[in-house]
Amino acid sequence: MIRIINLFFIIFFLLSPKAYSLIEIDITRGNLDPLPIAVSPLFQDDNSKRNSINELKIENVGSEISLVVENNLKISGLFNPLSKEAFLQKPDIAHLKPRFEDWALIKAQALITGKVVIEDKKLKVEFRLWDILAGREMLALAFTTVPSNWRRVGHIISDKVYERLTGEKGYFDTRIIYVSEEGPKTARVKKLAIMDQDGFNTKYLTLGNELVLTPRFNPTSQMVTYLSYFKNLPRVYLLDIETGTQEVVGDFPGMTFAPRFSPDGKKIIMSFAKDGNSDIYTMDLENRIVEKITNHPSIDTSPSYSPDNRFITFNSDRSGYQQIYVMKSDGSNVKRISFGKGLYGTPVWSPRGDLIAFTKLHKGKFYIGVMRTDGSGERLLTENYYQEAPSWSPNGRVLIFYRETKSNDKGEGFSAKLWSIDLTGYNERQVQTETDASDPSWSSLLSN
Amino acid sequence: MNFSKSFRNTFLVILLSLIVSACATKKTTTKVEGQMQGDVYTGTDTVKYLADGVPDRVFFATNESILTTKSRDTLRKQANWLRENSSINVVVEGHADERGTREYNLALGERRANAAKDYLITYGISADRISVISYGKERPVDSGSNPLSWSKNRRSVTVKAN
Repeated sequence: MIRIINLFFIIFFLLSPKAYSLIEIDITRGNLDPLPIAVSPLFQDDNSKRNSINELKIENVGSEISLVVENNLKISGLFNPLSKEAFLQKPDIAHLKPRFEDWALIKAQALITGKVVIEDKKLKVEFRLWDILAGREMLALAFTTVPSNWRRVGHIISDKVYERLTGEKGYFDTRIIYVSEEGPKTARVKKLAIMDQDGFNTKYLTLGNELVLTPRFNPTSQMVTYLSYFKNLPRVYLLDIETGTQEVVGDFPGMTFAPRFSPDGKKIIMSFAKDGNSDIYTMDLENRIVEKITNHPSIDTSPSYSPDNRFITFNSDRSGYQQIYVMKSDGSNVKRISFGKGLYGTPVWSPRGDLIAFTKLHKGKFYIGVMRTDGSGERLLTENYYQEAPSWSPNGRVLIFYRETKSNDKGEGFSAKLWSIDLTGYNERQVQTETDASDPSWSSLLSN
Repeated sequence: MNFSKSFRNTFLVILLSLIVSACATKKTTTKVEGQMQGDVYTGTDTVKYLADGVPDRVFFATNESILTTKSRDTLRKQANWLRENSSINVVVEGHADERGTREYNLALGERRANAAKDYLITYGISADRISVISYGKERPVDSGSNPLSWSKNRRSVTVKAN
């Protein structure tokens, strides 16, 4: 599916003026002063509006796309989209040549304009990003796709704007795979679910007949590895999202769990538990060769590769308590890196390579934090009653995780939700899901 | 003056020690009332029985898989019963409470189930009659978020295999 969709995105022209511009956003620190940006509705003429209703049952898909963009920019915490009611210039005219004074008057520093046409079952979109203070165009792009892809168009525009203004790749044209949860705590029904990063287009990939846990994408985001209790045998599975085919990973005489892909997509790394001892194994997806990576009578689990495939971080209780370790990918050179107070688990290597995100339990509170790969520079980003399992946005700037609330003695008041927080520790937000949710995994950027 | 001051001090000391001992007593009583020893559950609220007088489950301390004296007693009863009912095979389910990361808890549940299995083997039950499965924190019996609920959930349960 995704591969096909990508082919439909034909980018016609890419003018990104290298000229000096006045606005830029520093995303390395907490942004308490988000950039005021005006997102003008993408213009659509009456003829195209009629086609829009026919094709999509939406009258003004141009406005809808601009709302997708506006929402993305807002939830990034880096932008402050201005109220459309204050806009003085009409969308079509602004797209041709904005009157910069008008936009400066409402304190916009950047402006997005655009135009959409639906004809011959195709959606053609062009947009421009304008620097209001410098009075010039910063970016102009156009592409064609199938009309049903209109939300993705909004995400791609958001990514291009984000990249132009921050200097780093965006993370909006992405999806989240997670575990949807329903029912009482003692009989929870769990299903694999996938949705766009902004909570739309939710699809359920399993029916809830068996317990499923910890889904994770492969680097191309077309495959997922997860734990399923199918036939009451907890095993790591591999699922092809496009075809729906799935298979058990390896032939282990016991529980396999905590799976993740290697960043090159060639292997699955996971734990195998036998006789009360969990060790870390890999399986090569091409030749099916299984390798034992750790060999220790303790619990070794939650493995995650470094982006260059050369190292593995994992948690182990070999010191007596759950702590984070790093080793070479062949299992040699095991070093403990967490030395703070409390227990440390679920280490995940940042896609940028420089940090490891983790869950920490200390004095009855759970924290999501990051540390450098040698364990130095520990920073706790958020504290709560219960939260765990961070997953990185593909640009390594945002973490998504799940959080549970405390229940009373009758088990009431319990919920599980997805949350995201910036690496800076700012911009903590709940991520909308149709049901309760846990175990999120962020995909790679789908259009690249 | 001096006398009354020292009297007052003595009085304060006595009062304080009364308060402290009152607190200490209160703490132990709540634990007994709450059916816990240390943080291991000792009650029978959720316990089911494999047969008359043979409880199906044993309980663990936080992050532990060590069998308490009471657990060993329960498992010996299970072993006796299994010896008498040699056609019955069992599954030992290992569970953890909700206060740990999911993946670690899966491993911990497996470790707990094996601790129980190993003890049954020690008491003469053949290993091939006992399989284990870990549910980690996925199947609590008590849905509360408090130390007593968590202690009921840190368990291994021996169930008849189909």
